[in-house]
Amino acid sequence: MRRALLIAVAALGLMAAEPAPPPEAPLAEPAQEARAQALFDAIRCVVCQHEAIGDSPAGVAADMRRLVREEIAAGRTDTQIRDGLVDRYGDYVLFKPPVRMGTWLLWFGPFLLVLVAGAALLLRGRKATAEAAALSADEEKALAERLAADDVTP
Amino acid sequence: MTVEVGAYLLALALALAAAQTALSAAARGRLSPVLAGAANGAAIGCSLAILAAFGVLIHAFVGSDFSVANVAANSHTDKPMLYKVAGAWGSHEGSLLLWCLVMAVFGAALARARGLPFRLKTTAVATQGALTSLFLAFAVFTSNPFARLDSPPVQGSGLNPLLQDPALALHPPLLYGGYVGFSVCFSLAVAALVEGRAGTPFWPAWGRWVRPWALASWALLTVGIALGSFWAYYELGWGGWWFWDPVENASFLPWLAGAALLHSAVVTERRGALAGWTVFLALLAFSFSMLGAFLVRSGVLTSVHAFAVDPERGTMLLAILGLTAGAAFALYAWRAPQMKGGGLFAPISREAALVVNNLFLTAAAATVLLGTLYPLILEAASGATISVGPPYFNAVFTPLMAVALLVLPAGPLLAWKRGDAVGAVQRLWVAALLALGAGGLALALFQPRKALAAAGVAMGAWLICGAAAEVAERIRLFRAPMGESVRRARGLPLAAWGMALAHAGLGVFVLGAVVETGFKVETARALAVGQSLQAGAYVARLDDVRIVEGPNYLAERATLTVTAAGGHAARTVTAERRFFPVGGQTTTEVGLDFRGLDDVYLTLGERRSEDGAPAWTVRMHFNPWARLIFLGPALMALGGLLSLLDRRLRLGAGARRRAP
Repeated sequence: MRRALLIAVAALGLMAAEPAPPPEAPLAEPAQEARAQALFDAIRCVVCQHEAIGDSPAGVAADMRRLVREEIAAGRTDTQIRDGLVDRYGDYVLFKPPVRMGTWLLWFGPFLLVLVAGAALLLRGRKATAEAAALSADEEKALAERLAADDVTP
Repeated sequence: MTVEVGAYLLALALALAAAQTALSAAARGRLSPVLAGAANGAAIGCSLAILAAFGVLIHAFVGSDFSVANVAANSHTDKPMLYKVAGAWGSHEGSLLLWCLVMAVFGAALARARGLPFRLKTTAVATQGALTSLFLAFAVFTSNPFARLDSPPVQGSGLNPLLQDPALALHPPLLYGGYVGFSVCFSLAVAALVEGRAGTPFWPAWGRWVRPWALASWALLTVGIALGSFWAYYELGWGGWWFWDPVENASFLPWLAGAALLHSAVVTERRGALAGWTVFLALLAFSFSMLGAFLVRSGVLTSVHAFAVDPERGTMLLAILGLTAGAAFALYAWRAPQMKGGGLFAPISREAALVVNNLFLTAAAATVLLGTLYPLILEAASGATISVGPPYFNAVFTPLMAVALLVLPAGPLLAWKRGDAVGAVQRLWVAALLALGAGGLALALFQPRKALAAAGVAMGAWLICGAAAEVAERIRLFRAPMGESVRRARGLPLAAWGMALAHAGLGVFVLGAVVETGFKVETARALAVGQSLQAGAYVARLDDVRIVEGPNYLAERATLTVTAAGGHAARTVTAERRFFPVGGQTTTEVGLDFRGLDDVYLTLGERRSEDGAPAWTVRMHFNPWARLIFLGPALMALGGLLSLLDRRLRLGAGARRRAP
């Protein structure tokens, strides 16, 4: 009895978990479909948790995939499609943040860090070598004495 | 009743950790070995108490004691035994207890460590005790896993089905071993800041003490992250293995800092240089671990991995992070300027190569940190919302790492202090030719032709051949008689093998990641029984779909036959869509067909009726060389382990003379 009930519940769950959306037909032209797939990876599913629309099983993601395919079929460029999505959902919808004043630190910070830290290291290394090269008069004297002493007692 | 014993043991552990801190600090002040012994005893007692408490929690899970809130929320009588046990660390409370357990066990190991100077050790044990106390207090007062329910339910709510997976049962203990293992490095760094004196032989010795802990933690973290990635690969059913998801990034940050720490500790150990920097990294690695814990548990970031989303607990964790990291870095700012000095080195030398390694690993960590936190900061500052995902990391992280990997093979071939660049190039030209050849082959053979992917293949081959060239150089392969080379290979320290293996493992990973990313093929179609679809060189035919009953789920199980192009080498694969009545969740069970290094990856989608005949959406991925993505980290962790064994050998037997 319990088993039958379980199966009934599960079968319902398996079949009726989502109202079956119309199947997603890939675009006929392989080059266009490849563009669509590339866009799917770059567009965020707006109701999901950090998932691209290409990865998400959510209904919204399927709608967005359909929209992207329709726009490609209608002859729009990738840039136009992206801009259209940004107009509708904001920058949030793209996994690649725009380069503008607020995001300069994000985009260029790491490279700046390498440049600045690298330059500082080079300068310091040069200074350290210069310091190591020059001995003060006292040190020269001490060194000479030590060497002389070594000469006497090997 | 046993549950109350668990709660009692947890409170006891907190008292012991506090006692450990106080006793060890007092021992440091009065130079009293008796007090220090008592502190060490408290540290060991604390770890045993948490271990017993953890046992009690597992017992409650195994016995399905739903009067315990944590068990009721995360278990179910129908759950298989493995996941009843693993459910003990599947929730916020349980995993926090695991965190405390690992911290206390590492603390007990630190308390038993021999050969450390009295002051350094007592300060480190006191610091470790303070850390343990903070996290135990957090567990006892805000996240007690033993809290009882007034009216226990008859049945539990079950564990998230996505987590009911062998890889994920093992993933947290390994990951936490890494995360929390860095706490010992943190404690040793704090102790070094308190006790260290500039220009003394203290720093090389300190480098030697901190390195085994860093190695062990880093190796555990490597395996932990790889397991988590493998889980995402075959359990989420998206065909991907790394999504630059905030929580993945949170685990990657301590890994990068730990990798930098390993390398800079070598310089400190051998040459006494970079002491301040090594201390900084030791503080940073565990601070990143704590930051990760905060990000995952507070709900400030959205992620597929986030759990126990609770702003109030998040605030507490942020307070712990601010207190410990803030105090440690303040101490650093005060003391670090006084620890100048150490060995000098030329711009071309082993030290300089390791500095370059650290520069780029740090920049890579900064990239991951910025990419993870920037959306939060920007939204708080200006209200603008952005998403930072794979395109950003591909554009910023990848080139930085590429530069680091390009210079990597030269590092081990340069001498300390003053290296010979021409000599290193001479020893590496065979490796460079082989790498270029591999890149050329990739360009010629792989379709479609992709220059960047071919460059990536050359990079992976460069790392592997570079590691081989380094070993060949050390054993004078083909330059000395074979017997001599074999003798030298036997005499080569385990640490040298470990390093070569870890670097080669990185190369193996790069090969897998590049080829999988560049040449994977994905197709999806609605299939009726008997129909087939193709991806790459393979064809999959849907043979049968039936409903099967699992221990706590029901599934539609598809049987597919995968054949190589031409119809030979047929293999049967099953893929499932599981429905868990408890919680009403549906998960996918990927059908994986391992073809040498390649994966044929099949997921079963919804059932739909087309013209009366039932059909199922089947997605098929052909993921070339995907095996290497997980083999690489395994080799890296194995390299770390070898290096670790070498240390123990030498600590036990004293410095052994090796063939020069």
